[in-house]
Amino acid sequence: MDTKNVSPTQRILVWGVLATAIVVPLALSALSPLLAWRQPIYIAAGFAGVSAMVLMLLQPLLAGAHLPGLPPRWGRWVHRLVGGILVATIIVHVAGLWITSPPDVIDALLFRSPTPFSVWGVLAMWAIFGAAGLAAFRKSLGLSPRNWRRVHTALITVAVASSVFHAMLIEGTMEIISKFGLCVLVVGATAKTVADRRVWKN
Amino acid sequence: MPNILFTRRSFVTAGCMAAGLGFSGSLAPARAKGLAPTPSMRGGANNYRPGAPIVDRIGNGGFLMHGTVRRAGDGMPLEGQRIQIWAHTTEGHERDLRSHGATLTDANGEFHLEMPQIVPAFGQAHGHLAYDSGAFETVYLRPVMPNSKDTTLSAHFVLQPK
Repeated sequence: MDTKNVSPTQRILVWGVLATAIVVPLALSALSPLLAWRQPIYIAAGFAGVSAMVLMLLQPLLAGAHLPGLPPRWGRWVHRLVGGILVATIIVHVAGLWITSPPDVIDALLFRSPTPFSVWGVLAMWAIFGAAGLAAFRKSLGLSPRNWRRVHTALITVAVASSVFHAMLIEGTMEIISKFGLCVLVVGATAKTVADRRVWKN
Repeated sequence: MPNILFTRRSFVTAGCMAAGLGFSGSLAPARAKGLAPTPSMRGGANNYRPGAPIVDRIGNGGFLMHGTVRRAGDGMPLEGQRIQIWAHTTEGHERDLRSHGATLTDANGEFHLEMPQIVPAFGQAHGHLAYDSGAFETVYLRPVMPNSKDTTLSAHFVLQPK
């Protein structure tokens, strides 16, 4: 989207859809009946996971300057900030699950869990850590801007696909339709940004 | 409600196929002629606590865990075998002592133990069962409920004599 020539209606629509996509999954997750049978640390770990998925919707929109009214320079700065928060959120997610049930998380991290979704979750975690590490050490890595972007995008593509599999295979606190909707938006926003930025073109 | 978009099962199947994950855990070779022993399931022993007491029911009940215990080879039902059961339920986490209990098989090799309703935890509604009394090889099972609203779950043991 060329955010310079956006009508007020479009602006309200974009921000409205974004606000809905953020608030609804979190709110419905907060209303889940499963919470009644969970301890606070487990609940926090679950919310960290939901929040991470929401942050993954913001990232491509910020990187691709798709948010009307937000200058691209600010967008990139917020993208880096949100990237840091995303990493922290994933750490809270895994640490909280570890405290709740250590053997289940050890199995997941060692890729020997009986549940396929945990394989996807661990894969997504490492891909996001890789993408974030690439950003943190951008200067010292000495990659050309084009190659840096290709590697960052490749890691993000793995992270997005894996996160969607991870989330959709879980029977957890997220309400199923809002979870599906959020996943569709994350995939759509990522695909649009990757296509717009012509990452794979020479 | 989930059926509007897709069923969980179809999504799971698609996800698994997409993954091409060849892990199955059921590839243990049959060591006895005839009926093969049940292999332990991956993650089956997670949050196991040895020596769970034999109880009439775990907590306030309302959910039924049941199954059979037979001998490998000839398939003879095994009476008086101690099966330990634990799960994340409406009354406690898997690690809580109150979520653990044990029962003995009857003359037909069957066991039944009432327990609180199992609720989804760590992504799936699942139970844990263990045989570890010593006469046979130890087996840990981790059956997953086909539907988390179910009020029963079954698991079957075929034990290998030591």
